[in-house]
Amino acid sequence: MPLSGTNPQLVLLWERTVHIPDGYLSTAVWAGMDVLAAPAVIMIARQAQRRFDDARVPLLGVMGAFVFAAQMINFPAGVGTSAHLLGGALLAFTLGAPAATVVMSAIIVIQALVFQDGGVLVLGANVLNMAVVGVWAGYLPFRFLGATRWRNLAIFAGGALSVLISAICALAELRLSGVPAKALGVSAVVFLISAPVEGAITLAVIKALEAIRPGFVHQPEPGRRFHASLLAVGLTAVFLAAVGVLFSSPAPDGIEKLGLVSGIAARVKALVVTPFSGYETSFLASGWMRKTSAGLAGLALIYGVCLAIGRVAAARKRRV
Amino acid sequence: MQPLIEVRNLRYRYEDGTVALNGVDFHLDPGESVALLGANGSGKTTFVMHLNGLLGADGGGGQGSVEVCGMPVDKKNLAAIRRKIGMVFQDSESQLFMPTVLEDVAFGPLNLGLDAATATERARAALDRVGMAGATARAPYHLSAGEKKRVAIAGILAMEPEILVLDEPTTFLDPPGRRSLADLLQNLPQAKILVTHDTSFARSICTRAVFFRNGTVQASGSIGDVVDQFGWDLTPAGNASGR
Amino acid sequence: MHHVVLERWSRRSSPMHRSDPRAKIVDLLVFLVVLATAHRGLPLIAAALGALLCCAIVWSRLPLGGALARAAVVLPFSLAFAAVCWLAGDPARGVHLAVKSYLSALAVLLVVSTTPLPILLRGLEALGAPRFLLMVAQFLYRYLFVISEEAQHMAKAAQSRGATAAGMLARAARFQAAAGALAVLFARSYGRAAEIHRAMLARGFQGHFETVATLRFRKADLALAIAGSLGPVALRFALERCC
Repeated sequence: MPLSGTNPQLVLLWERTVHIPDGYLSTAVWAGMDVLAAPAVIMIARQAQRRFDDARVPLLGVMGAFVFAAQMINFPAGVGTSAHLLGGALLAFTLGAPAATVVMSAIIVIQALVFQDGGVLVLGANVLNMAVVGVWAGYLPFRFLGATRWRNLAIFAGGALSVLISAICALAELRLSGVPAKALGVSAVVFLISAPVEGAITLAVIKALEAIRPGFVHQPEPGRRFHASLLAVGLTAVFLAAVGVLFSSPAPDGIEKLGLVSGIAARVKALVVTPFSGYETSFLASGWMRKTSAGLAGLALIYGVCLAIGRVAAARKRRV
Repeated sequence: MQPLIEVRNLRYRYEDGTVALNGVDFHLDPGESVALLGANGSGKTTFVMHLNGLLGADGGGGQGSVEVCGMPVDKKNLAAIRRKIGMVFQDSESQLFMPTVLEDVAFGPLNLGLDAATATERARAALDRVGMAGATARAPYHLSAGEKKRVAIAGILAMEPEILVLDEPTTFLDPPGRRSLADLLQNLPQAKILVTHDTSFARSICTRAVFFRNGTVQASGSIGDVVDQFGWDLTPAGNASGR
Repeated sequence: MHHVVLERWSRRSSPMHRSDPRAKIVDLLVFLVVLATAHRGLPLIAAALGALLCCAIVWSRLPLGGALARAAVVLPFSLAFAAVCWLAGDPARGVHLAVKSYLSALAVLLVVSTTPLPILLRGLEALGAPRFLLMVAQFLYRYLFVISEEAQHMAKAAQSRGATAAGMLARAARFQAAAGALAVLFARSYGRAAEIHRAMLARGFQGHFETVATLRFRKADLALAIAGSLGPVALRFALERCC
C-alpha cells in the first residue's frame, strides 16, 4: 500500500507489518493485546458516541471510506517509488483524536474482514498499534504545538510519528512472539523511510485543506492540558517498553547498519529510562541497554522538546 | 381552503454575508404541483430547505415566516413538519445511506416511532407503489440512477407525507428514466414542489411555476406563461411544445 | 476487484449463506484459535483443517479454486517473511506463519463470502461488539465503493496532467498536485457526509438509528455452531494424540 514501485519485497514487508496477519504473533501476545484493546476501544467508542450521538456516524464512516480511497492517489516519494497516505494523523488533525481512533478501528475491521488484510485474532494488536497508539502519538505534537509557530513541524512530526510508533509497536509484538530480529530489521529500515514520507504527505494535505476551508482543520484546545500531559507520559512509557523489547535482541543488524542510530546512541546514553530494568527474562539479555538507548533517545527527545516548547509558547501567549 | 404551505417575506443570509433569499412569498394549495425555476444560485434550493427546517428553524441567519400545514417551522414543530413534507434530494447516493433498500425505506417510518413490523409493512407498500417491490434485499450502490430515485421516493412515501419536494430529480436520468419518473409523479396525489431545470419535465407534472432570480420571486403563474416569459425552454415561444 | 467478488459471492444461496451470522462467527473464532495455538504436528493439523475448510467451501456452493486463489492475497508477504525467517535461522517459524496466515485468511474469506457484510456486522453487535464502532464500519462499507470511484477519476485526471514531466521539480509539483487532489476528495467526502445528514434529518432522524431487521437463531444454527466448533477441536486433539 504505502510504497510501490521498484521494491515489491519492501512494499509487502511494510504493508504487512503494520497490519499483522493471523499466525504471526504468539498466543500470549495476541491474546494479551485483545485483552488490552477491548476496554480501550469500548471506552473510546462510548466517549465518541456520548459526544456525538449517532448523528456523527455517517461522517466518521464516510471519512473512513475516504482514507481507503485516498490510497489510490499516488505521491511521488523518490526514484521510481510512490507512496500513499495512511491517514491516522490526518484524521486526528481534522476530526479530533477520539473520532480518529474510531475511524481507524473501523478501517482495520473492514480491512481484516473484507480484504483479509490483517488477522482477526490479532485485531486487538492492530487496533492498539494503529488506531490507539498511532493516532494519539501523531496527535500529541499537534496538540502541544498546533497553536504556535511550530505548527507545520508539529503536523509533519505527527504524521511521521503516527507511522513510526505504530510500526515500532508492531515490530515489538512480533519480536516478543519470537520472530528473529534479522527478519524485522529490514522492515524497520523501511519504516524509517516511510514515516517522514507520511509526515510530508500529511502536511501537504493539511495545507491544501486549509486553503479550501480553514475550518476543516481542528484547532487544538488550550484547556484540558493536564489530561494530555498524562497521556503523553503514558504513551511515552508504552513506547519505551516497546522499543526496549524491540531492541533487546543481541543482533538487530538492520537497525545497527544505520550509522545514524548508533550515532544517537553514543551521544545520549544518559537518557535511558525503562520500566523493564528490574526484569530478567531470556529476551532481555545483556547488551540491550545499548540498543535501547538509540530508540529511546529519539522518542524521549521529541516529546520532551514538544512539551517544553508548547509550554513556553502557551505561557508566553497568556502573558501577552 | 387552507394552503399547505404559506411563506411570507422570507429572508436568509449565509454566514459570509451573501444574501440568499431577499423577501420571498410563496403558497402551496392541497394537491397542487408547482415548479420552481431559475438560474443556478437563484435561491431555489435554499428556499426549499426552509420548508422542512433544514435551514432557518434555529432562528439564525433569517427572517420572515414559514408555515407548513398551519404550523410555524421552528424547533418544536420539526418532527411533525418533517412528517408532512418529504424531500427527495438531488443526489440519491447520499439519500440511500442504509445497507439495503428495505432498511433504507423503513428508516423514515422507524423514526416516526412505528415498530419494526409496521415499518417494514409500510416500506414494502411504498416500494410496491414505485415499482421496486423486488428490490428489498439489494444494496443501493448497485441500483441504476432511475431505480435509486424511485427508492428515494419510496422512502418518502413510506412516511405518508402530504407534500413532496423534489430537488432536480431528473439530473442523472436518461430519457426512459425521466419518462417513467414523470409517470410515477403524475400518479401520486400529494402536492408537489419541483425544483428543476428540466422544463419539459416540469411541464408534464406541474400546472404552476414560480421563477426565482437573485433570491426573490420574479414571477408566479401558469407554467406555460412563466416559461415563455423568461425564455426558459429551448423551444421558442409560440411553437408547439405540447402545452 | 477482490471485495466486489466476495460481495457477489455473499449474495448466493446455500445452507451456510442462510445460517445465522453468530453461528458462523463463533465457528470462525474457534477455528482461528485452534489453528493459532497449534504447534506440535502442525503440518498434519494444518492439512486436516485445510481439508475441513475446503469441505465447508464446497458446502457453501462457492468456487473452490476461486476461494483458494483469493485467500492467497496473504501469501506474497508471508512467503517473503518466511524466507527472511529462514535466512535468519528459524525456518520452522517461517513455514508455520505462512501456513497459519493462509488458512486463517481462507477461513475469514469463507465467512465473509457467505454473509453480506451488514448482516455480519449485526451478528458482531449481537455478540457484544461496540455498536457505535460497527455502525461506523457499516457506513464506511456503504460508501467505500462510491468514494473509491471518485478517487479513481481524480487519480486518472491528475496522472494525465503531470505524466510526462520528470526531475525533482516536476516530482515536487506532482506531490503538490496529489495533495491538492486528496484535499478535494476530503472536501467532497465531507460534503457528502453533510448531504447524508440532511437526508437523515429530513426523514425525521431523532439522534438514534433504529433497526428493522432482526436475527433469528434457529436449531440449524445451533447445530452449525456446535459442529463447526467441535470439528476443528476434535481434529487437533486426535492428531496431536496419535501422531
